[in-house]
Amino acid sequence: MIRILLATLVSLALTLPARAGVDIQEVKTPGGLTAWLVEEHSIPFTALEIWFRGGTSLDRPGKRGAVNLMTATLEEGAGEMDALAFTRAKEELAASFSYDAGDDTVSVSAKFLTENRDEAVALLRETLVSPRFDQEAIDRVRSQVLSIIRSDAKDPNDIAGRAFESRAFGDHPYGTDSNGTVDSVSSLTRGDILQAHADAMARDRIYIGAVGDITPEELATLLDDLLGDLPETGAPLPRDIEPALTGGTTVVPFDTPQSVALFGHAGVDRESDDFFAAYLLNTILGGGGFESRLMTEVREKRGLTYGVYSFLVDKDHADLWMGQVQSANNRVADAIEVIRAQWAEISENGVTAEELEAAKKYLTGAYPLRFDGNGRIANIITGMQIEGMPLDYPATRNDRVEAVTLDQVNDVARRYLDPDALRFVVVGQPEGLSSTD
Amino acid sequence: MSLFSPARILKTVLALLLLAAPSAQAAEDLVTDFTLGNGMQVVVIEDHRAPVVVHMVWYRAGAADETPGVSGVAHFLEHLLFKGTDDLAPGELSKTVAENGGTDNAFTSHDYTGYYQRVAADRLGLMMSMEADRMRNIRLTETDILTEREVIIEERNQRVENSPQSLFREQAMAAQYLNHRYGVPVIGWRHEMEQLGLDDAMDYYRTFYAPNNAILVVAGDVTPDEVRTLAEEHYGPIPANPELPEERDRPAEPRQTAERRLVFEDPRVAQPYVSRSYLAPERDPGDQKTAAALVILADILGGGQTGYLTEKLTFEQKKAVYTSAWYRGQSLDDTTFGVYVVPAEGVSLEEAERAMDETLDRFLDEGVDEAQLERIKMQIRAGQVYARDNVESMARRYGSGLTQGLTIEDIQAWPDILQEVTEADILTAAREVLDRDRAVTGYLRAPARDEPSADANETQPANEVSQ
Repeated sequence: MIRILLATLVSLALTLPARAGVDIQEVKTPGGLTAWLVEEHSIPFTALEIWFRGGTSLDRPGKRGAVNLMTATLEEGAGEMDALAFTRAKEELAASFSYDAGDDTVSVSAKFLTENRDEAVALLRETLVSPRFDQEAIDRVRSQVLSIIRSDAKDPNDIAGRAFESRAFGDHPYGTDSNGTVDSVSSLTRGDILQAHADAMARDRIYIGAVGDITPEELATLLDDLLGDLPETGAPLPRDIEPALTGGTTVVPFDTPQSVALFGHAGVDRESDDFFAAYLLNTILGGGGFESRLMTEVREKRGLTYGVYSFLVDKDHADLWMGQVQSANNRVADAIEVIRAQWAEISENGVTAEELEAAKKYLTGAYPLRFDGNGRIANIITGMQIEGMPLDYPATRNDRVEAVTLDQVNDVARRYLDPDALRFVVVGQPEGLSSTD
Repeated sequence: MSLFSPARILKTVLALLLLAAPSAQAAEDLVTDFTLGNGMQVVVIEDHRAPVVVHMVWYRAGAADETPGVSGVAHFLEHLLFKGTDDLAPGELSKTVAENGGTDNAFTSHDYTGYYQRVAADRLGLMMSMEADRMRNIRLTETDILTEREVIIEERNQRVENSPQSLFREQAMAAQYLNHRYGVPVIGWRHEMEQLGLDDAMDYYRTFYAPNNAILVVAGDVTPDEVRTLAEEHYGPIPANPELPEERDRPAEPRQTAERRLVFEDPRVAQPYVSRSYLAPERDPGDQKTAAALVILADILGGGQTGYLTEKLTFEQKKAVYTSAWYRGQSLDDTTFGVYVVPAEGVSLEEAERAMDETLDRFLDEGVDEAQLERIKMQIRAGQVYARDNVESMARRYGSGLTQGLTIEDIQAWPDILQEVTEADILTAAREVLDRDRAVTGYLRAPARDEPSADANETQPANEVSQ
């Protein structure tokens, strides 16, 4: 499930706080909800994010895929309206609602115009509080999910993601596809979907961010109307897990011309004192820019790939330091050798003061640029809440980046980066590579 | 159904849908344009909510402007522009952008090549100085060529060779165009990519990279006066290329008189589908009415849950898991309109195609649901509000429009033209375009199961880990 992993990466990037020019207000509703708000009245619409902690990891035993199917069926009929009537009503208002299920969250993203905000919110409310989950709708969406599961089984990126996560997390929910299997999804009943709704969408796990043409008072009233009738408590969250990765190579044979490789070992928790040093280190190692060590060595100097990246994966219950590369079957072994060598080089010899300075300039300069759009800002401030950051954290974020020293970065490199612990999962017909265990 | 958008079922086909999204621009008063003395056009889009600026240079040159035999050279050159100039070491441009907290990249289509940086507003001059430098002064070595050629071949592996949907689409587009270069993939045919050399890249560069063939788009926290001053300083001194071809004359399509049908089989296909594309007119300067009708036709037929095809084939007949329609209205030359159907379990591609054609015929008989048309127009109006939240996509709208033959006036008139579309316009356009003689019908599927090799693949689950 590479998509889930990458999605986690994105939320990580978005949620790093900084000195940005946004004025965040905390709004407490009479009904007991807390939301963060950035007022922006220059464009007549509001972006609203509502996230529920837990996500697909709340699937009950034998019901893998239930939260995912439930989330996808939320807008397939609600209250008095069936799927088509609901969609027509939404189109008449030109509102946009989307519902997504990730490993750790179910998220609802809404955009609505000021001119018909009340009607739009009333419609959204029906999907959250009174979804119909008609059998016909469940079956229709189920057939789409099954189609996706079958397609993913022949997609090298998805095959790699599943093999890697299975190895890392075993029977923890993180270790299996959150879409479920053909068997598990085929056997889900309407009762399972109702249970998943009650488990995943409750008031005890809700995080809210709003940005746009709305006042704190208007938002408070809106939220109590919207979410007041959700159940108070949901299902317990899953346990934390140490990834069970060992060094070595796993080859998954698949007949395709270009191999896809995922690699990784244990990571760094966001709460850890090492986190900012690790974040800077990862930027230098393979953080996405053309100038990272991995891009320079694997792509720019040797032309072995179109893209190679490393990233910190910060899930609620596990941490990984991962990377990805794609390279033709007869060249992927070379790419992996170069990656391992870079991992060893940085672990042993660290990075230079110049590299650290450049990474700091990039991260501190880029941070304020993220806050440029209602939708983007709503995402950032909701992510900040779910990560437990205080309201004023943005003002100190760049200082934290600046405070990291070269010694700290190189100490983190020594303690965390371990070329011998790296597990490579390679999907394709890689020449000169075979499974080591 | 939003989670299960075709992004997951049909990742590559979806890319087309994005292009079919109705265009909308609001706040026209925030858009300013002018032209430098050397012919470089400048567009400024103001958005002062955040101290950010997007700086883009678009060239009126893309893959369809290549000389036959060197397919992929426009995109190859785009990569090589990051290699260095007299003043910039290889990679220095991206490094400088990053050290200033910015991001940069570039993109190539059949009709344009674009370069952009997203950076703090006070770094705009620095971006311009580097972009102006590489407009005329790149310096390439044979090593650059050899290494970067490997990179673009890996890019082709990643985007095309590893994806049966992309390979299928490539074959279908080649069949769609009998003469025009839109039938050749932007990334290039592999056998020609492998032969691309320094001279091929430099020929293209010297011909097309010049201020009189470029459009500067700056969007964000800037004023037109600031942009004018900086643009005159950095781009103003670059001489125009007097040798620039006057017209972008590409080989035109002859009259198409026979449907083309193809079957693409690949063991990696888990979800078969049928697609149909029709040659269609594009948005032309001063003449966008038919294109506007086709945009709305695509919305009526394929617009999500309430699209006509989905309502009939997924909800009523239960023959499809997913259906969609697309139209790429923005294009310099003749474009395509298309539909596709992902059949439900147990429904053959032949049956899906038959149902698709019956549904299209039925639509032409029944006409347009007035309420649906109103909903679509309401969403287009709202889209103008939502579009203002993303200044980068507004910048792209102007850059791509101007490099695909439209004028600023055409781009700004577009939302009103969409609002004026009537049922009669839609049906006239539909009858004109939905002509099988100008169509390509394609089936994407796995080889039949009775082939031994396919059996072998089926018995071993693809996700099984070899120990």
